[in-house]
Amino acid sequence: MKRHLLSAADLTLEDALLVLDTAEELAQVSERTVKKLPTLRGRTVVNLFFEDSTRTKTSFELAAKRLSADVINFAAKGSSVSKGETLKDTALTLEAMGTDAVVIRHSWSGAPVNLARIIRGSVVNAGDGTHEHPTQALLDAFTMRQRLGRLEGLKVTIVGDILHSRVARSNVLLLKTLGAEVTLVAPPTLLPTGVDAWPAEVSYDLDAVLPKSDVVMMLRVQRERMGAAYFPSVREYSRRYGLDVDRAAQLQDHTVVMHPGPMVRGMEIASEVADGLRSTIVDQVTNGVSVRMAVLYLLLGGSEPAIGSSSETRMGVAAQ
Amino acid sequence: MTAVPSGVRADDSPASRPTTGDLSAARPVLDAPGLARVVDRMAHELLEKTRGGADVVLLGIPTRGTTIAQRLAARVEAFEGLTVPTGSLDVTLYRDDLRLKSPRALEATDVPGDGVDGKLVVLVDDVLFSGRTVRAALDALADLGRPRAVQLAVLVDRGHRELPIRADYVGKNIPTALRETIHVQLREHDGVDAVLLGPAL
Repeated sequence: MKRHLLSAADLTLEDALLVLDTAEELAQVSERTVKKLPTLRGRTVVNLFFEDSTRTKTSFELAAKRLSADVINFAAKGSSVSKGETLKDTALTLEAMGTDAVVIRHSWSGAPVNLARIIRGSVVNAGDGTHEHPTQALLDAFTMRQRLGRLEGLKVTIVGDILHSRVARSNVLLLKTLGAEVTLVAPPTLLPTGVDAWPAEVSYDLDAVLPKSDVVMMLRVQRERMGAAYFPSVREYSRRYGLDVDRAAQLQDHTVVMHPGPMVRGMEIASEVADGLRSTIVDQVTNGVSVRMAVLYLLLGGSEPAIGSSSETRMGVAAQ
Repeated sequence: MTAVPSGVRADDSPASRPTTGDLSAARPVLDAPGLARVVDRMAHELLEKTRGGADVVLLGIPTRGTTIAQRLAARVEAFEGLTVPTGSLDVTLYRDDLRLKSPRALEATDVPGDGVDGKLVVLVDDVLFSGRTVRAALDALADLGRPRAVQLAVLVDRGHRELPIRADYVGKNIPTALRETIHVQLREHDGVDAVLLGPAL
């Protein structure tokens, strides 16, 4: 039985479109005076965040509250217990409290998969290490469809630190399902091994790819995950792979610029571009709430989930 | 999304009840001209009871309720030249039987620009059965605003109410056995206008 949302690859085309269509209806709730639906009354959702996050945590909390679920924010950070034990013990504690869903963010790739094996409720992956971030991919797809009217055949270029990006992986998997064509652009050092097996093109030349793109998604260089130097200097990275005003001028008129945040202005994206008309950065945050409401509704709203993966997960876990 | 047989909203009835019927065995209760006459009469009644319908907003419950609301608005406009704001109200997220089935796809909610505050809202549905859909609609409406009053118009009232709800405008009362099925077919969805009564399963 489908129960969890662990990977963007768990979603069939039908599932993904159901999430997007549901989110579109739920978006109206955010515009009403009474921003609340009774749908998940009496259900409990735990936000289990082992890693810093403002945007995603708030977004999930707001989404659950707008559906009338009870939300518990489990402060997992700073625990001195060994991490392996903590996750399992925490899971068992949550289980004993009778929670219906756990939204987990963890720096370990695969932590949500392990959690899903332990607890009975639904597990939603809110970002695990360098592995996946499926709700981010869903809100990105939602934003693309909202701005450009379609997803099939869209040329999406994802630029930057692909190696450490769970956003990139989830986006590649989901966009493949939705029929978009993805090109990854990064310095060779910031591409994961085995990237040639991904359903995406790879390029090292941003200027060649930009004019052909319908969507350009800029990623932050995750220096906190880097032990060594992956490129000579910030300035050089920015010159070769940053989206500055001159590069943005090469884009087609309809092309949109996305960023999952947090962004480093002046490094991967210039302020003028981030705040410009092409930018969907603020829309992405707004849409995140609607998409997460849709995911929670479809997983918890009925007798059994309408989307997602079984607890017998079929996906691999990325190497760190 | 699951396919729902014509005119029968699967969620209109508790899980124990039949939700599909053999259409070939169903017998017609209303044909196309009959259905048109019924809608005409309802439009006249609406104008009469609302004293000209000045502050009326029609909200149909998807999918066929929305279509019937649009037809009522068209007839009102033909009779008196009055344009009645018309929209749709999806009640899925307010249903009391959500946990009995896997989550359903949502239908469109589309409230006319001026909203519902201070208006006379007429909810429109195809079949009135248990009354649970209407209860959900009343809850949904309360979250959208505060109408001056709420009325209910249904094409078919088939009885078997489970809540204290009645309709203000009824196209046709069709006494049914609990296990019989009512199929409302509309041109826009089914290519034909008819109301059929299916045999008990």
